[in-house]
Amino acid sequence: MQLAPDRPGFVAQPSAKSRRLPRDLHPGAWWIWALGMATAASRTTNPLLLLVILAVVAFVVSARRTQAPWAKGFTAYLWFGLLIICSRLAFRLLLDGQYGEHVLFRLPELGLPSLAAGVRIGGAVSLEGLLAAFYDGLRLATLLICLGAANVLANPKRLLKSVPGALHEVGVALTVALTLAPQLVESAQRIRKARKLRGELGRRTRFFSEILVPVMTDALDRSLFLAAAMDSRGYGRTAHVPVKTRRVTGTLVIAGLIGVCIGIYGLLDGSSPWTLGVPMLAVGLVFAGIGFILGGQRVQRSRYRPDLWILNEWAVALSGCAVATVVFVVAVTNPSSLNPSLQPLSWPSLPLLPTLAILIGILPAWVSPPPVRT
Amino acid sequence: MIRFSQVSLTYPHATRPTLDSVDLSIDEGELCLVVGQTGVGKSTLLGAINGLVPHFTGGTLSGRVTVNGRDTSTHPPRELADLIGVVGQDPLAGFVTDTVEEELAYAMEQLAIAPAVMRKRVEETLDLLGIADLRNRPIRSLSGGQQQRVAIGSVLTAHPRVLVLDEPTSALDPTASEEVLAAITRLVHDLGVTVVIAEHRLERVLQYADRVISVQSDGRVVSGPPGQILATSSVAPPVVRLGRLAGWSPLPLSVRDARRVAADLRIELKKISAGPAPVASPTSASSPTSASSPTVLASTALVASKLTVRYEEVVAVARVDVELLSGEIVALMGRNGSGKSSLLWALQGAGARDGGSVTVQGKDPSTLPPSQARGLVGLVPQTPTDLLYLATVQAECTQADLDAEQPAGTCAQILQRIVAGIDPLTHPRDLSEGQKLALVLAIQLCASPSVVLLDEPTRGLDYTAKEHLTQLLQELAARGHAIVVSTHDVEFVASTADRVMVIAAGEIVADGPTAEVVVASPAFAPQVAKILSPEPWLTVEDVASALRSAP
Repeated sequence: MQLAPDRPGFVAQPSAKSRRLPRDLHPGAWWIWALGMATAASRTTNPLLLLVILAVVAFVVSARRTQAPWAKGFTAYLWFGLLIICSRLAFRLLLDGQYGEHVLFRLPELGLPSLAAGVRIGGAVSLEGLLAAFYDGLRLATLLICLGAANVLANPKRLLKSVPGALHEVGVALTVALTLAPQLVESAQRIRKARKLRGELGRRTRFFSEILVPVMTDALDRSLFLAAAMDSRGYGRTAHVPVKTRRVTGTLVIAGLIGVCIGIYGLLDGSSPWTLGVPMLAVGLVFAGIGFILGGQRVQRSRYRPDLWILNEWAVALSGCAVATVVFVVAVTNPSSLNPSLQPLSWPSLPLLPTLAILIGILPAWVSPPPVRT
Repeated sequence: MIRFSQVSLTYPHATRPTLDSVDLSIDEGELCLVVGQTGVGKSTLLGAINGLVPHFTGGTLSGRVTVNGRDTSTHPPRELADLIGVVGQDPLAGFVTDTVEEELAYAMEQLAIAPAVMRKRVEETLDLLGIADLRNRPIRSLSGGQQQRVAIGSVLTAHPRVLVLDEPTSALDPTASEEVLAAITRLVHDLGVTVVIAEHRLERVLQYADRVISVQSDGRVVSGPPGQILATSSVAPPVVRLGRLAGWSPLPLSVRDARRVAADLRIELKKISAGPAPVASPTSASSPTSASSPTVLASTALVASKLTVRYEEVVAVARVDVELLSGEIVALMGRNGSGKSSLLWALQGAGARDGGSVTVQGKDPSTLPPSQARGLVGLVPQTPTDLLYLATVQAECTQADLDAEQPAGTCAQILQRIVAGIDPLTHPRDLSEGQKLALVLAIQLCASPSVVLLDEPTRGLDYTAKEHLTQLLQELAARGHAIVVSTHDVEFVASTADRVMVIAAGEIVADGPTAEVVVASPAFAPQVAKILSPEPWLTVEDVASALRSAP
């Protein structure tokens, strides 16, 4: 028997959103998505495309961020981006304003000795120069905000927890360092408050001896204590592995990681030769992978509730990859649409294909599970 | 299980060994209480069990320490992690991760325990310690008592055969520490875990102990059944001292044992207090200041009305009215996180305040510059060392004189009066807990504030140091200072305070004379009150003076 919607007793299906099980997405998926968006941003100076990327990233962040302490900093990244754009413009104004023919105004020019030929301070400021600086600054700011989004969406410490066994020690060191920073701020605040009790804030506070020294002593004490606590809880227990294997592992991992770094640089920098990009990255990944597998045998540990990598993670990660791939291909085949001309000046247009591609990046706002509310 | 044979330990640059030829054997399933005065090497003894001493601290250890057959000289602490769980004094300093659940799993991850087992053990431990509702909380947002329970849980998950606890309840309120101790005794009885525990407040642990290890000041160690060791020990809880006073044998160790033999004493005391001698009435004996200087009590030292402190959504202090009289000692009690510290800081004026007013000598300290505010209200914070930053005690004193605009030598004189014999060239960090507290108190007294606030000063103090603090506070009160002490230590409150305020969730729920407030509550009642109730006696000293004055 079928129930009609208007009959009494009909229970409406809960909406798709509320039916979805809240859980934290694997931090790696968020990072791949964010890196994909960042790669796209790095390939274009088109302000309209960059703004679309920013809008997509901001939308996803507002839809999927948690209430955890690390999720509160997105606005800080936005302000930081603004700072980058402003400083870029300021330097252009001061140092090399004359770039095109549309002179807006003239700043008083500073006469420099002949030694500094080619460097100009002040003088004419052109629209082209300012626009170039603005585009460049916006690109850098977008890159930064994409990475900021990853930091906001994924607990950086959980990402470090997912590092392979061979990098376990490095991961723990980084985790502890990440904990230390807020602790330093906390003890600085506590000691400042305590100074007030001694009535010393009225006069000039000797920052170094009165705040910094106690904060550092405090931090040192804590680190020693933490090290002792970690040791007595079994941190650093290792299985015995022959020296030769250890050396091979180390070499493989380091060579691999260098390869990965060069590969990523090649991918992000449009002007470097093609071979530095994908092939280098692939070789690096293989080397590092073998190294990690070998090195992982040394560390005997297990993982409590490792983050899942299921369909949602694939969807989020692939959407980021898709954005990066399409923009990357367009950058090779039709670079002019991604980099609006400044000489002669023209309005930037919104090219269809890259825009659609970037819009794929908004999918994680729906395909990722809703965050756990505490 | 744990065996020390001829163990001596000498720290670098030390003139004498901290532990001197210690022979000790602790069997499986024993709960051992380590007692001794501050700084005699209790922590060293505990650290030697899992090899943190000397692997981590340095020093020369001779002799052998073995745990379950493993020698600590060949096994560093990490290789003993599956066998020994260690919980330190400051839980926050030992946390590696940032949420409760991850912290509980950390040790198991290091020991490569299978994920399914980990899941199960985390749940069991959450329940065992009653922290299941905190599982997703960031550890830094928890109160001290909750943090301590998480710290104990984080070592329990590894299912160690030996548990080493260094003052696990020093930061906890009476109820929370009962819970922690109950959990520990359950481990001993149900699972046969061997527990070695150091604690200053013996009254909390003694009744559960199978054996007491007394560390002497010369580095020697005596161990034996609690009754035997405590009969002659220099540190003893009120129940034991009452037993010694009344000549009970065998010496009672718990309130229950004592109550069963105390019937005669109760009758005797009832006769005395009903008798004509007014000196012996319990209330006057418990508050010598009010008896000696009734005139000082008349003037009001501080009035606070509708004081409110909030941190975003959390209301720490909710419209609290406080009135302090000159010459009285007020104890501020309440569970961890109930707003004690917030209230004290708001009264001083240095802390946040979101409403209400504070008036001291007609002025509001929070509107004055800090240098003048401390002349009205002096606060000794929970971590007194935050106030110290110079290289020697002498330098700190000189600086304090300058800050308070007092003639040179004032602070040093006050310090001399509080604790005699501190070498002025010592680094403040090398002082004992009691001496540090004394130094900070001296610095604050330099500005001669009419109100003195102390935030948990009894933490880490042994009985002698606490007695000393009591005398000192009574002297200050006799000079006309109004004093507020926040503390969890009911025995200290019983022997020191004239009045008790109990704060819960930011509101004052009880305020009255010590005898009335503490005797009425089972959690806050001192041991003597529990033993002698319904007779309203609070301290062994009261009972002793009453018995002396009786015919």
